[in-house]
Amino acid sequence: MPAGASIDLEGVGIQISGQKIVSDISLSIAAGEFVCLLGPSGCGKSTLLNAIAGFIPVEGRLRVGGREIRGPGIDRGVVFQNSDALFPWLTALENVEYGPRIRGVDKTERRKAARHYLELVGLGHAIDKFPAELSGGMRQRLQIARVLVNEPSVILMDEPFGALDAQTREVMQHELDRIWRATRSTIVFVTHDIGEAILLADRVFTMTTGPAARIKAIVSIDLPHPRDETDPGAIAIHRELRDDIGEEVSKVLRQQGLREKTA
Amino acid sequence: MNQSPSAAANAATTAPRAAKGARFAEFRQAAIAIVAVLGGLIIWQVLSLNISPLFLPSPSDTWAAAIELAEDGTLAKSVVASLARIGSGWALGILIGVPLGILMGHFRIIREIFEPYIEFFRFVPPIAFITLAVIWLGPGEESKVALIFYATVFIIVVNMIAGVQAVSELRLRAAASLGASPLRTLLTVVVPSTVPFMITGARLAMGNSFLTVVSAEIVAAQDGLGALIWTARNYGRTEWVFVGIIILGLLGYTCDRLLRIFARTFLKRYSVTV
Repeated sequence: MPAGASIDLEGVGIQISGQKIVSDISLSIAAGEFVCLLGPSGCGKSTLLNAIAGFIPVEGRLRVGGREIRGPGIDRGVVFQNSDALFPWLTALENVEYGPRIRGVDKTERRKAARHYLELVGLGHAIDKFPAELSGGMRQRLQIARVLVNEPSVILMDEPFGALDAQTREVMQHELDRIWRATRSTIVFVTHDIGEAILLADRVFTMTTGPAARIKAIVSIDLPHPRDETDPGAIAIHRELRDDIGEEVSKVLRQQGLREKTA
Repeated sequence: MNQSPSAAANAATTAPRAAKGARFAEFRQAAIAIVAVLGGLIIWQVLSLNISPLFLPSPSDTWAAAIELAEDGTLAKSVVASLARIGSGWALGILIGVPLGILMGHFRIIREIFEPYIEFFRFVPPIAFITLAVIWLGPGEESKVALIFYATVFIIVVNMIAGVQAVSELRLRAAASLGASPLRTLLTVVVPSTVPFMITGARLAMGNSFLTVVSAEIVAAQDGLGALIWTARNYGRTEWVFVGIIILGLLGYTCDRLLRIFARTFLKRYSVTV
């Protein structure tokens, strides 16, 4: 698997149907780094992720591995929150084979690769199952395998564990930590869960509330992997991020005139 | 698709009971249907007792007429003729309607070009075209097949457009980031996603074909169930009309059943639920 690629944003702004969603974002993500975009819902973090994926056009400069982004590409794999992104008429194996099949990899080779990545994400026993026959956690593993098989240098994850129950989510977070250390891709992970960000990320980028959201703060997390949420270092960072995000949430509540009721 | 893990586990443990329940429900449904049909036949028989057979032939008169028509070969000939017309017109409607609908759903420019025609002609009934069909295509099979094609193609196109527009945006994005070009995405994601809509369209179109074949045969045909029903008038044989009507209903029911069984058997992976 190729090592990760760097991601560079310079003065990136995104407009959707005339509304400025994010504005003037400049940041650099190193090759092989695990970065979380953290912010209250609706702050534009998913929009920023979609822009890196190439799904929506941006103003400013957006480069991955030094190359300007013009559209979606296999160098950037995307794991979506909703498992509707899987192809329900294909088995787990066929879903993972989709990428190599499109690229014209021959059948034995792509089958071998697909099996390998299904094993890696712990779905070796379920290769002939259809997505509808899998649990929520298994479907997200399948999405991850489908992306890994293309050996992307960047993996973009949009709240991939947001729809899972707490126990499954915890298992998946540890699995992802393991997979990331095995593959060394660059990962950009969108979440609103502070604990999740601390468990996974090298650096956390918090965002202000939209519209025209910006990067609010960058917090480096220099704790050894695998991490423990109850570690004193982790707790200190949790407080810092919570205060940061809390400020933004209060801002939203004030905007909505709800501050007095909830205070 | 959006079942939680615990719901999936529940479904697994209660599966045998659920299967048993489903079998009972099916049996119950079949039993009620049979009783309802028998009840209907009895009411029909009682009603017909004091009414002239020219006005309302009894079930037994109708049965005798059916035997008579079956024995001289008229019935089989009529059924084959009508089914052949329905089959060709319907198949042609699917063959043209499915790709056209997918292209219209997927490419805005194609939709914009064809939309005025679809929106106009889908309100003009096939019967309105019978005269034109005969003038343009002659009194042979072509005119009748063309009318059935006309009766099927719009409903299929409209269904396919809805099907393409219902394809999850996420799925299209996933395909694009997995390396699929727009054309490959169309073929490998959009087309399979719309299979349930193809089946719905095909079933609705089947209904329209049956509605149309009779009108077409009444106006211009020597054979077929429509012709049989129309000829009955000349001989004052109301019971032949009844035979024709009942056979049409049974054929339609059977064709729909076969289509559903086919879809359930071969297209299960495309989330077809009929």
